[in-house]
Amino acid sequence: MATKKRKRKELFALGNEAVVEGALLAGCSFFAGYPITPSTEIAEVMSQRLPFVHDGVFIQMEDEIASMGAIIGASLAGRKTMTATSGPGFSLMQENLGYACMTEVPLVLVNVMRGGPSTGMPTSPAQGDVQQARWGCHGDHPIIVLSACNVQECLEMTIVAFNFAEKYRTPVILLLDEITAHTREKISLPFPDELEILARVAPAMPPEWYISYEETMRGVPPLPPLGSGYRFHVTGLTHDKNGFPTSKPDEVKALMYRQFRKIDQFFYDIQLVDEVQCEDAEIVVVAYGCVARSAELAVHMARERGVKAGFLKLKTLFPFPKSALQPLARQCRTIIVPEMNMGQLSREVKRVNNGLAQVQTINRIDGQIITPSEIFKSIMQA
Amino acid sequence: MSKQRELNRFEIRLSGTGGQGILTLGKIMGQVLALDHGFYATQTQSYGPEARGGASRADLVVSSAPISYPKPVSLDLLVALSQEACNLYFCNLKPSGFLLVDTTLVTQTPSNIFWGLPFTSLAKDKIGLPQTMNIICLGALSHFLPFMQFTSVKKALAGVLPAKILAINTKALTLGYSQAKKLYPDASEKWTFSSPMMTESAQ
Repeated sequence: MATKKRKRKELFALGNEAVVEGALLAGCSFFAGYPITPSTEIAEVMSQRLPFVHDGVFIQMEDEIASMGAIIGASLAGRKTMTATSGPGFSLMQENLGYACMTEVPLVLVNVMRGGPSTGMPTSPAQGDVQQARWGCHGDHPIIVLSACNVQECLEMTIVAFNFAEKYRTPVILLLDEITAHTREKISLPFPDELEILARVAPAMPPEWYISYEETMRGVPPLPPLGSGYRFHVTGLTHDKNGFPTSKPDEVKALMYRQFRKIDQFFYDIQLVDEVQCEDAEIVVVAYGCVARSAELAVHMARERGVKAGFLKLKTLFPFPKSALQPLARQCRTIIVPEMNMGQLSREVKRVNNGLAQVQTINRIDGQIITPSEIFKSIMQA
Repeated sequence: MSKQRELNRFEIRLSGTGGQGILTLGKIMGQVLALDHGFYATQTQSYGPEARGGASRADLVVSSAPISYPKPVSLDLLVALSQEACNLYFCNLKPSGFLLVDTTLVTQTPSNIFWGLPFTSLAKDKIGLPQTMNIICLGALSHFLPFMQFTSVKKALAGVLPAKILAINTKALTLGYSQAKKLYPDASEKWTFSSPMMTESAQ
């Protein structure tokens, strides 16, 4: 069958600009945020683009706390929503992020990691927010954390983030870093009909039969837009299936278990990784974000010297992709985890590894990227 | 995108002080190389928290193959638009690499072998607008780099800059190109295009 070859539109864009392209392709129509380096371009380009999207709304809020509040409200009203922040702004967003977890509101939060803590180094990269993304808001909660390592991936993972948010009715955090966000590269924009864009489950029953937090097969209750005739109550307190506060142990247990189950039982769907030359690898480098690009080159250099090295790139950070790592831990001698913090994801690697292989870390917190030669040296010594 | 030279990680650093338009320069170059000439190109940047002053730099890696590590390892071309940047980054230049300086601002070069043009005074005296300094430099670069065509750069400029400042910038671009051509007619033939990046960083 002869198909007409279409040429994708190409752009030379920043990682941040690619995030916006991805969000718009995924159907985002509401952005509330407060600009902060190095995530500013996301808000900037959103403010230029959203007014031309059907019903698109861009609001610059007074701070990050309000930004989260605004996107939670807009999401409950049926929009696909996003905010972007960095450094201290991410800390401010945690309280309302917890609210979104408890009330199961789909939204995407992009956090471009910069040197910290506090104001830290606004223009330097770091990967210090990995555990904060998982456990930043209080209480036991499931959450999805994704990452991207190059500009094309920024676009793709933003679309994935929106799809996961809608499919699992949960906040999704996309963790970038200053280098990924501020690298310009050529990207090609996919055509809208090439993409699978998911929408949240709408109730199949008439409004009078609708029970807002009812147990379902997937554990994901349908979410109608507020104002569409379906009435429901939203609270940050533990709630029963009708959405009203409760502290009865059996009802609380049912709620919390369902929230964990809706993510846990779809591990296979959520855990995204890329394996490069891992089939016969004796040394595996596990990396994510900008460091993944250094690792890729380092592994390539080691292979040229006949060392059996492999590379596992994590696109999903949480839930931690244990089913990808475990077989590699059984097979290889050494796992090397380079990251730009004092060992936040290597904890997870060590937990899953559970003594199978030797785990080595390369840590750097001086605002500089870990270079390919640093990783290469570790591979050769391992 | 007709026939093009094979490049294996050609690494360029544009460096100077904040406010000189270095990031804009890097953005335009990357755009021309990636979109018009069909290379793989990554442009990364490094700048301080200040709006003006302070060190600023843009790094470009250009290659015919996909680029893994986006930052330069050893430079093929260093463009230094301040004395400080010249002193700081000269050691990152590979032995066969070249140095291009603004002779108005860089008075002491670490080596006798360099290309120099007075970008800042050209912008002030010939164009009458100091801000066009980066575009004069871009014009000169389109002469020095044989894989970046002047005509493509000129075309790209129209897409990047607002209409009201396009005319003066096109003039600046042409000035830079002709000045570079006059002073260094055979510069673009001096490149060796060896990129022993693998062997160097592995030592």
